[in-house]
Amino acid sequence: MITRFFQEPQTGEAAEKVDIGGTILHHITNSHELELPIVGVVKLPHFDPIHIGGLTVDLSPTKHVVMMWFVAVLLVLVFGLIARPRLVPRGLYNFLESIVVFIREEVVRPNFGELTDRYINYFLTIFWFILFMNLLGLIPYGATATGNIAVTATLAVITFLVTQYTAIRSQGLGGFLKHLTGGVHWMLWPIMVPVELVGLFTKPFALAVRLFANMTAGHVVILSLLGLIFVLKTYFVAPVSIAFALFIYVLELFVGFLQAYIFTMLSALFIGMGLHHAHEEHGTAH
Amino acid sequence: MNILIMAAWLLLSGDGEHKGGLLDIDPGLIFWTVITFSLLLLLLGKFAWGPIVKTLQEREEKIKNSLEEAEKARRDAESLMAKNNEVLAQAERDAQDIARKAKEAADRLKGEIAEQAKLEASKLIENAKKEIENEKNSALLSLRQQVTEMAVGAAGKIISANLDAGKHKQLVDDFIRQMPSQN
Repeated sequence: MITRFFQEPQTGEAAEKVDIGGTILHHITNSHELELPIVGVVKLPHFDPIHIGGLTVDLSPTKHVVMMWFVAVLLVLVFGLIARPRLVPRGLYNFLESIVVFIREEVVRPNFGELTDRYINYFLTIFWFILFMNLLGLIPYGATATGNIAVTATLAVITFLVTQYTAIRSQGLGGFLKHLTGGVHWMLWPIMVPVELVGLFTKPFALAVRLFANMTAGHVVILSLLGLIFVLKTYFVAPVSIAFALFIYVLELFVGFLQAYIFTMLSALFIGMGLHHAHEEHGTAH
Repeated sequence: MNILIMAAWLLLSGDGEHKGGLLDIDPGLIFWTVITFSLLLLLLGKFAWGPIVKTLQEREEKIKNSLEEAEKARRDAESLMAKNNEVLAQAERDAQDIARKAKEAADRLKGEIAEQAKLEASKLIENAKKEIENEKNSALLSLRQQVTEMAVGAAGKIISANLDAGKHKQLVDDFIRQMPSQN
């Protein structure tokens, strides 16, 4: 990640030909190769795209897919094998459990109450999945899978589908459709129904863009700050650039946790809202 | 608003120079995200969250039970202490009662004994006085008898003996000498 950055000015014939924008984009976008320590650049196997109807889907693994798998394996290792639950918590498990308890008690329970433990798996998985992807993008040679709009959009769509499924199951299709009218007079339905429909879709859209933008922005800022050294072509800017980049890096650590929390919290809120309408008076809790 | 965002999206993703623009949505990645997330949900749900949540529930249950038990034990101890205090107070009251009664009895007994002693003493004194009176009377009586006898004896002797001055004097001396021995 960083190595390529520093190699760039040397490989070019003239130092003026440094393509900072291209370098930054290269770091934050997906690719068919991995940059590994010692081994260097590894080309990932490429399969022929599959055609489903009119759609062409390239299923060959990319950098972000590999990062996702790495995160998945890491999570299964950490939670499935290393940190075994104990009645009296200790060590690593104690730390991880405190976060699990936070998600359960502070994020899920306020929205689900008695049903918390029936829905908890989804939120714990999404939280840890996003958190690990966020954080793994911050280590050298890592890539931020959550900095890819396809990943965040997919996760947001999954939350959207779960939201609608839960709402329809707990309110019935009639209740769900009635909710779309916003509980107003039928003459206002032509206005209300599109507004409610738009509201339905803006939620996952905001979820996807928020996570993607936050993860991307931090990396762009760090790389831009370091890029200043090459743009200005002086060593004197290096201490300032590095100090600021370090500051943004630490901020990114915080943002990594924060965005995982926000995604989980909003998912719980949206899904819980569909559930609550079944018990509460219609139209009050929106 | 959505249309504007969509337009911006298309504009940004339409960057043809780089294979894979920033806002390009790669269908393959969507596929792999769904697969990875679903598998992770299944695996972690079964092997991680399930046991962890079960442990949390167990711990909650255990803490709740422990607290309830502690509360019950505290209540038991409190009622036991109250009972003990009650018993102790009763015992103290009883002890005081007994002491008071004993003191009363002792006082009464003391009074009785003193009374009796006084009575007996006065009786003894009375008896002694009577005895003394009797003794005195009998002594007087015997004295009187002896004096009479002596007088009679003396008279007889005076009569039987010569009444010269020397003899008379000796007689009186003898008589006086004999007196204590005859007493």
